[in-house]
Amino acid sequence: MTSATAVERSGEDRAPGGRSGKERSPGGRAGGPPAHGAWFLVLPALIPILVLSVGPLLYGIALAFTDAQSGRTEPTEWIGTLNFQDLLHDTLFWDSFGIGLLWAVGVTVPQFALALGLALLLDQNLRFRWLARALAIIPWAMPEVVVGIMWRLLYNADAGILNETFRDLGLGEGRDWLTGLATALPAVIVVGIWAGMPQTTVTLLAGLQNTPRELHEAAALDGAGAWRRFRTVTWPALRPVALAITALNLIWNFNSFALVYVLTNGGPGGRTRLPMLFAYEEAFRYGQFGYAAAMGCVMVAVIAVILALQLAGRLRQGEDER
Amino acid sequence: MSPRTSGSARAGQYLALLCYLVFLALPFLWLLSTAFKPARELGSLHPTWIPRDPTLGNFRQAFEEQPLLRAAGNSLTAALAAALIAVLIATPLAYVMARRRGRLAAAATGWVVISQAFPFVLVIIPLFLVLKNLRLINSLTGLIMVYAVWALPFALWMLSGYVRALPVELEEAAAVDGAGRLRTLVSVTGPLLAPGIVATALFAFITAWNEFFFALVLLKSPEKQTLPVVLTHFLGAEGVADLGPLAAAAFLATLPSLVLFAVIQRRITGGMLAGAVKS
Repeated sequence: MTSATAVERSGEDRAPGGRSGKERSPGGRAGGPPAHGAWFLVLPALIPILVLSVGPLLYGIALAFTDAQSGRTEPTEWIGTLNFQDLLHDTLFWDSFGIGLLWAVGVTVPQFALALGLALLLDQNLRFRWLARALAIIPWAMPEVVVGIMWRLLYNADAGILNETFRDLGLGEGRDWLTGLATALPAVIVVGIWAGMPQTTVTLLAGLQNTPRELHEAAALDGAGAWRRFRTVTWPALRPVALAITALNLIWNFNSFALVYVLTNGGPGGRTRLPMLFAYEEAFRYGQFGYAAAMGCVMVAVIAVILALQLAGRLRQGEDER
Repeated sequence: MSPRTSGSARAGQYLALLCYLVFLALPFLWLLSTAFKPARELGSLHPTWIPRDPTLGNFRQAFEEQPLLRAAGNSLTAALAAALIAVLIATPLAYVMARRRGRLAAAATGWVVISQAFPFVLVIIPLFLVLKNLRLINSLTGLIMVYAVWALPFALWMLSGYVRALPVELEEAAAVDGAGRLRTLVSVTGPLLAPGIVATALFAFITAWNEFFFALVLLKSPEKQTLPVVLTHFLGAEGVADLGPLAAAAFLATLPSLVLFAVIQRRITGGMLAGAVKS
């Protein structure tokens, strides 16, 4: 949803007004909220968060260990790790899981490369920069459903512009991109890359604008070429932002739903059935709440591993700096 | 980035920028083009970029085929209410997060970060059951509550950044002048925060307006459904879509988000960075 955490470490003095966090009151002083009144300020948000966010998450984890089903009259029972044992042998789920990983990496990596390129361009003093910034709004602001619909029009076998372009260029008759077994996943991945580009670009651009200019100029005076300057000056400064936004993108992409639901609804033959789509069908078409919750838990475990790896990367990098 | 760039490198840069512009813009232009094409042209074997015979017929047909106005009304209600509730409950907490240290602020920050990684699958089933028990399934009220909480992480992040950017001295000065704490919050901090609050509310509005998954699961009866869900009805059971009206409706549904986002874009980017400034 947001790339907020991505820029966590990037800004030093970028708050409007240019104040750094040091000047904030440690609390209890005249400027801060009254000590006994803090609860009064916190409660309105705390209750909804507990009831509709933290609670359901814990409830969801608990459900994974039950045989909960939709519309059943008998009481739900604890069944231990039975769901997980079933899941272990559910080849359909693991196929879907593999597709999910392929999709998440397939979107995140090229998207990062493209966004980095665009951010580097936008950091230059080029004309028409404003146009690129304005256009970048479109994928960001659009409802995911509309993004899916839009690309379906583009990919449409007969009325789509893609096949017409192929015909014009003499590259054959074109094909039915979203229903072809071989083309469906790549076609969907392209849409994923397009949809997430703006956010990644804006985040990286913010990181770039925090790299020390003087170092650049010094490196240029020493005769360092563009690539060398990028490697020795830009990249070390950008790395924390790059790591954070990549980890977030991986998570968001792995959890994505609407885009693929609209584009292919998991087809053809399950070739684009992301784990979210799989779990959704399991829960709300077949009513297997407990089983679907177990799938959710497995997905969380994977995300936790990704986060742990990222954290390890950050720590290692922190040591390098010393 | 570099102090001096050669002419050929510049040309390469412009070429690359052009490629990016094409990649970013073309899908949207194609949507526009399809929306204004008559059915005859959409059926032709050689589609063109510019409609030969532009028409508004698709828009009329879109409104006839699906209850777009009712859906837009539902979306508007849900998004407005969710945005209002979100900033109302987020602002005080964001203030505490920004001005105090302590376990509470730390826990809130932790929740903001973790909620970024929440898998919706794991939350949606229990949410469905909880709302069912509260008899709020298939009701806009239930959806509004979910949207408000769902918008909170970002709202807290943005707002606490804006609060941090305000000098504490202003509040201290008001206290010296004899203003009570509540009064200081209402008449000094509040007005200064107003632009940030508005931007955050607009962003929450856009996210709720665009949201699909929760609406799909939580609303069942057609007269309650929001715009993104109704849009998918155009796709039909076999995925055979009536392209013209589909494009027209999709374009209309995007307009509010595009306009609002254009208005607040700078503030959002600025706010994300402001939220990022931690000591």
